Amino acid sequence: MDDVAIIGVGLHPFGRFPGVSGLEMAAKATRLALADAGITWKDVQFAFGGSYEVDNPDAVVNFLGLTGLPFTDVYNGCATAASALTQAANTLRLGDYELGIAIGMDKHLPGAFAADPVDYGAQSWYGETGLFLTPKFFAMKIQRYMHDFGISPETLAKVAAKNYRNGALNPNAFRRKPLSEEEILTSPMVNDPLTQYMFCSPDEGAAAVVLCRADVAHRYTTTPVYLRASVVRTRRLGAFEVHSPWLPLERADAPTVDASRAAYEIAGLGPEDVDVVQLQDTDAGAEVIHMAENGFCKDGEQEALLAEGATEIGGTLPVNTDGGLIANGEPIGASGLRQIHELVLQLRGTAGERQVAGSPRVGYSQLYGAPGTAGVAIVST
Amino acid sequence: MTAQRCVAEGLFEWPSDEPRVRASRCDACSFVTFPAQDACPSCGTDAVSPTLLSRTGTLWTWTRQRFQPKNPPYAGREPAAEFVPFGVGFIELPEGRIEARLAGDVDQELRIGMPMELTVVPFTTDGDGTEVLTYAFRPVKED
Repeated sequence: MDDVAIIGVGLHPFGRFPGVSGLEMAAKATRLALADAGITWKDVQFAFGGSYEVDNPDAVVNFLGLTGLPFTDVYNGCATAASALTQAANTLRLGDYELGIAIGMDKHLPGAFAADPVDYGAQSWYGETGLFLTPKFFAMKIQRYMHDFGISPETLAKVAAKNYRNGALNPNAFRRKPLSEEEILTSPMVNDPLTQYMFCSPDEGAAAVVLCRADVAHRYTTTPVYLRASVVRTRRLGAFEVHSPWLPLERADAPTVDASRAAYEIAGLGPEDVDVVQLQDTDAGAEVIHMAENGFCKDGEQEALLAEGATEIGGTLPVNTDGGLIANGEPIGASGLRQIHELVLQLRGTAGERQVAGSPRVGYSQLYGAPGTAGVAIVST
Repeated sequence: MTAQRCVAEGLFEWPSDEPRVRASRCDACSFVTFPAQDACPSCGTDAVSPTLLSRTGTLWTWTRQRFQPKNPPYAGREPAAEFVPFGVGFIELPEGRIEARLAGDVDQELRIGMPMELTVVPFTTDGDGTEVLTYAFRPVKED
């Protein structure tokens, strides 16, 4: 499908910003996206706002203008931004509106997320006994994956080192200091086999994406990027999922696999058509696993691909060119729109020092998180 | 004798010399799920019966929890310096794979496929000194 176009993107830097509210960051990102599209807030006909920490993302209108537009707030775990984007695109497809915006924002406290397990479909004892934690799930998933498919700790360090390196080229990134594979491997062990520098951190930031019906995109830009697919899926029984103390013997594919297959089918494209990729790297192991879950390689091929530098900006399969979650952190509501922001810059050829050579035409992004929700978007020129 | 309590009523048999973890089995499709719940996550029916899980299995995956979880939801109230790291794993039983704390020293050797058995361990203490118990798995001692 090529019926929805992205005509403007904006991003408030990711990191920690004491004294700046999530809504203020969202307003900044929105102004940048509006300017990028050459429009003003009163031109926006509807909005979707995504956040975990901000109860009312729609209150961003206090800073932008109370125009009375329909504004719907969404929260959908780590796929919140993918959900805002998907709903915005589908609203355009319903035909009542011509132009709308998806805005994501968040402002998390440092450290692993803490919540009431009951609100995630788990039970109180699961949290009381110290098991309601996302990092140890990702550690156990990559531990088994390394055992089954021969991935080494050195490969995990290569993933993290690449993302810090890319983050150093990104003025909006949270962590901009390159770290060597040695520094990553010898940093404190958090959840074996994952060390401190192999994890992303919850942080703060905002991003916004202006979309319109493709047939009117030429009024706003000479370089529209088409949203070819945007899909959200939840776990099926048998998928190995965060916050679930039970895994049936009969396994099912991860929700990312389901979302990915659906997105490729809707877009009429395959992994071989993709030029630049943004994957959910909650930790270095997640990026390794997600390379296969999204169809970019077979299980186990990551060991050789990382060794030959395939996922570097200059490689055959550039992954997380802006540093991914490892360098940007994860403000949940904004994370997926950051991915779209980066893909749009790459497809326009304006990504500066991070630009993938050879005029990339197709971009791919993926989100995954609690309690087993995935989002995939495919964009193209 | 120190007073003790289960972290959650009905999570596992206690007191018992050979405790077993409680689960539920669907009356319609026989799917077993843990923890016990009043509907089946496989077929959605709300007719389920109590069942007990096997006490032995093999380690399917593992990690070590080296940082103190935030309280709440973690019940431990020890100062950060006194937090005792612990192993965590999934144990493959005939009925399915169950997540559990791993009993024993955090740095004990762990390897995928090793035989494991159920045990019950105190993991924290209430304000009045009552030990709080949970189920856990430990490597089977090979003679």
